[in-house]
Amino acid sequence: MKRKDFIKYTGLSLGSLMLPGMSAFSRDIDPAEALQGVDAAVKRELADVALNAAKSKGAAYADVRIGRYLRQFVATRDKRVQGVANTENYGVGIRVLVNGAWGFAATHTVTKDAIAKCAEQAVAVAKANAKLQGEPVQLAPQKGYGEVNWKCPIEINAFEVPIKEKVDLLLQVNDIAITNGASFVTAMISAVNEQKYFASTDGSYIDQDIHRIYPTFNVTKIDRAAGKFMQRNAFSAPMGMGYEYMHARPQDKIQGIVTRYKDRYDILEDVKNATKDVDDKLKAKSVEPGKYDVILDPSHLWLTIHESVGHPTELDRVLGYEANYAGTSFLTLDKWQSKKFNFGNKNVNIVADKLQKGSLGAVGWDDEGVKCKEWDLIKDGVLVNYQAIRDQAHIIGLKESQGCCYSQGWDDIQFQRMPNVSLRPGKQKLSVDDMIKNVEKGIYILGDGSYSIDQQRYNFQFGGQTFYEITNGKITGMLNDVAYQSNTQEFWNSCAAICDESDYRLGGSFNDGKGQPGQSSAVSHGSSTTRFNGVNVINTGRKIG
Amino acid sequence: MAILSKDDTQAILKKVLSFAKADETEVSLGGSQSGNIRTARNAVSTAGEVSNLSLGVSSSFGKRTGNASINEFDDASLEKVVRRAEELARLAPENPEYMPLLGPSNFAESIGYNEKTAAMTPDTRAEMVAKSLKVAKDNKLEAAGFLQNSAGFRAVMNSKGLFAYNKSTDVAFSVTVRNQEGTGSGYVDHSYNDVGKLDTLALTKIAANKATSSVGAKAIEPGRYTVILEPLAASDMLGGIIRGFDLRTADEGRSFMSKKGGGTRLGEQLFDEKVNIWSDPLNPELPGSTWSGDGMPVGKTTWVENGVVKNLAVSRYWAQKKGVQPLSGPGGGRFGGGGMIMAGGTASIEEMIKNTEKGILVTRFWYIRMVDQQTLVQTGLTRDGTFFIENGQIKFPIKNFRFNESPIIMLNNVEELGKPVRSGSSILPPMKIRDFTFTSLSDAI
Repeated sequence: MKRKDFIKYTGLSLGSLMLPGMSAFSRDIDPAEALQGVDAAVKRELADVALNAAKSKGAAYADVRIGRYLRQFVATRDKRVQGVANTENYGVGIRVLVNGAWGFAATHTVTKDAIAKCAEQAVAVAKANAKLQGEPVQLAPQKGYGEVNWKCPIEINAFEVPIKEKVDLLLQVNDIAITNGASFVTAMISAVNEQKYFASTDGSYIDQDIHRIYPTFNVTKIDRAAGKFMQRNAFSAPMGMGYEYMHARPQDKIQGIVTRYKDRYDILEDVKNATKDVDDKLKAKSVEPGKYDVILDPSHLWLTIHESVGHPTELDRVLGYEANYAGTSFLTLDKWQSKKFNFGNKNVNIVADKLQKGSLGAVGWDDEGVKCKEWDLIKDGVLVNYQAIRDQAHIIGLKESQGCCYSQGWDDIQFQRMPNVSLRPGKQKLSVDDMIKNVEKGIYILGDGSYSIDQQRYNFQFGGQTFYEITNGKITGMLNDVAYQSNTQEFWNSCAAICDESDYRLGGSFNDGKGQPGQSSAVSHGSSTTRFNGVNVINTGRKIG
Repeated sequence: MAILSKDDTQAILKKVLSFAKADETEVSLGGSQSGNIRTARNAVSTAGEVSNLSLGVSSSFGKRTGNASINEFDDASLEKVVRRAEELARLAPENPEYMPLLGPSNFAESIGYNEKTAAMTPDTRAEMVAKSLKVAKDNKLEAAGFLQNSAGFRAVMNSKGLFAYNKSTDVAFSVTVRNQEGTGSGYVDHSYNDVGKLDTLALTKIAANKATSSVGAKAIEPGRYTVILEPLAASDMLGGIIRGFDLRTADEGRSFMSKKGGGTRLGEQLFDEKVNIWSDPLNPELPGSTWSGDGMPVGKTTWVENGVVKNLAVSRYWAQKKGVQPLSGPGGGRFGGGGMIMAGGTASIEEMIKNTEKGILVTRFWYIRMVDQQTLVQTGLTRDGTFFIENGQIKFPIKNFRFNESPIIMLNNVEELGKPVRSGSSILPPMKIRDFTFTSLSDAI
């Protein structure tokens, strides 16, 4: 039985709504209680107990994470509230290095005694693991930062906005959809606040306050006579922001075939557009399979970047640490060492960062006390770097970690996770309209849909939310049943043009899964609208019964 | 110790209920203890042990419900959690689909708890994994694997006198074995209720054999082929149909169970007549809970008989609205209580290969995603051992394919079903399927 099945099976949250991405052991709490943080001086005292206990039992290095994870989820369907949940998950995770092997233990009992015992348990696990260890762990040096802190620069704390305000907004979203002819609609808002305290034997005591928000909806329209239905999801993005994301501003709207959004979202406008889109989709023709030039909106392209660039440049995958689950990577070390592996053509410049304001990946320090930074992964089309953490840095000749270590909670061990991975915008001025004008036979794709890629990240297939046919430089109507299939290297070498930075937007994943037992992380991917030439488009329509 | 006995659980829940002042109150208690060990590059990478216990309270005033939970068990904490749920209930909006709580019922005793599985330690896990790693090292191959055992219990009690309790265990082992050049890969993934049935040595040998026999894969043209799906591949493919066996989404017109012009496909021949699917919480290989989260008994339920849809799950709310009997469905296990079970025949995979003129043997699929919710067309890829069959023999390994196929169409194209085995949370036979649609080639190994 997989972990997620076990959680479902044991039904720990019988009375309450079991929410995706939430720990089965999160406590439901009163919203007001969420606002009281834990004092940093108290956390420092507790952290020192863990570090001293680990050192006295023989740890060469130790770190401790005291985490308080708050989540809020408001979900509605049609005219009713499906669920409201506030959860808190609080505890301590201790990681130690003994005899060249890692050990980890965690406890939800946050007392000095329990923490000292937990540190001892982590040392015992490390000693047991050391017996089966292949290569001893080599940890890149890291200076201690002393007592420092970082706060996500939010304007409005989502946890301070009354639930009623959120419920009223979501029910208004649903009302707009139903009034305009939708058959069903669901709308929801998720908010996350990670209050993380990290301390290590290197001498860092890092207090961080991280916020994330994700509003979304799904509009469905059914044509009973034809026996078919169509859906459209929101063009919102999950963001590393507070509730200010929900307050629409004209300067954050990108006008075009349909409005898209930058750093502020207009959910009421988007649901109206979505309801019209499902109407049009029910009347749209089925795509003729073949080669097309595809124009990909950032609301769609983020997922292609995530799967075909973000995952294969994870160094743990390259080295084989994820072989039994997510897989390995086609971007083997020899390709990087050659300094001339053409991942894409010269238009393709892809950057990794954990700094970008408003992004899901932005923090001050990662979960092993490394200060966050920005670096190139693909430069002028060539593979130039990976994503590494402290025990991998030496493998690619780095003197320090790139700061990609993350754990979803206090009770899971931290490991290498993806930073923001983004496509740099084009340097020449280019609008979406001008891009479309030059396409003879193409498809313009908005929104993320179905996605699938092989375990070494060569072959992929992506769908979308809406598809527009382009003929001789003009949009001629909507299409259905569209998916494109390609090979990562071939695809990025077909990159024909990238719009300028005025079109640059973030998309992202609120729950990206990796590891065994599985852990979830959140990551953003920025891009401007981009054109790829001669991409293979298939027709996914089938008939049953 | 996070696994509480039935008596201890009952005593705690009774005490919690004694604090309740709401119109209706439901209290639940659950706990688990699990351990894991992960390997990569022929060594242990991480290992951990986690235990937890949590109490949930759901209080309702009329149609307003509030939920709260806690993991402290002194009397003051128990009362506090009840008060908090009641406060939240008063603030909550009315739920028009609220259903009153159910009264007591005689639930069958569950059979899902195995002492040996529950008693596994970091040392026993390390020993089992060491056997697996030895196979890889001895054969100059490279293994990455994961072993996890878990024991859990859950119980529910409500102000109308209902009490239900269930204990379960499970152990899962998977390993990927690759050759050092990275040109061959094999995989196994098995779950058991009883750890006594888990043989990490024998399973790793199967994966190692696939790793060496899949070296030198040739590319063949994508297209429609007869496939033999090993049980793991079959369960990867069929997992997606389960949520669709639901009356409400079918009635609402947004499911493959919806009928053109309105109504559902209940009672229709939707699959080949060789297809029989049921769930049974008392199946010893795949035991499940004998009651659902909302207090309904869960027994053996037939979903498909000789290809005809026999039942769709119905929530209590929808049953009342439609004037039909409620039926627990996808929920407490994947399929009612205890996972999906599909009937098969007696043939082994080897025998199925022998009577195949031309076809493809698939070990497993990977990264399956829904493409079209209406037809359940899914896309994904083959992985860790795909082979070409001709004249009753495996001829050579082939490169992995991407497929676009609907499990509904697949279950209409059944040529032969082999001997069922447990795979993940299903019991399924290996199956020979004609006209399976592969759409492109992948270089991934």
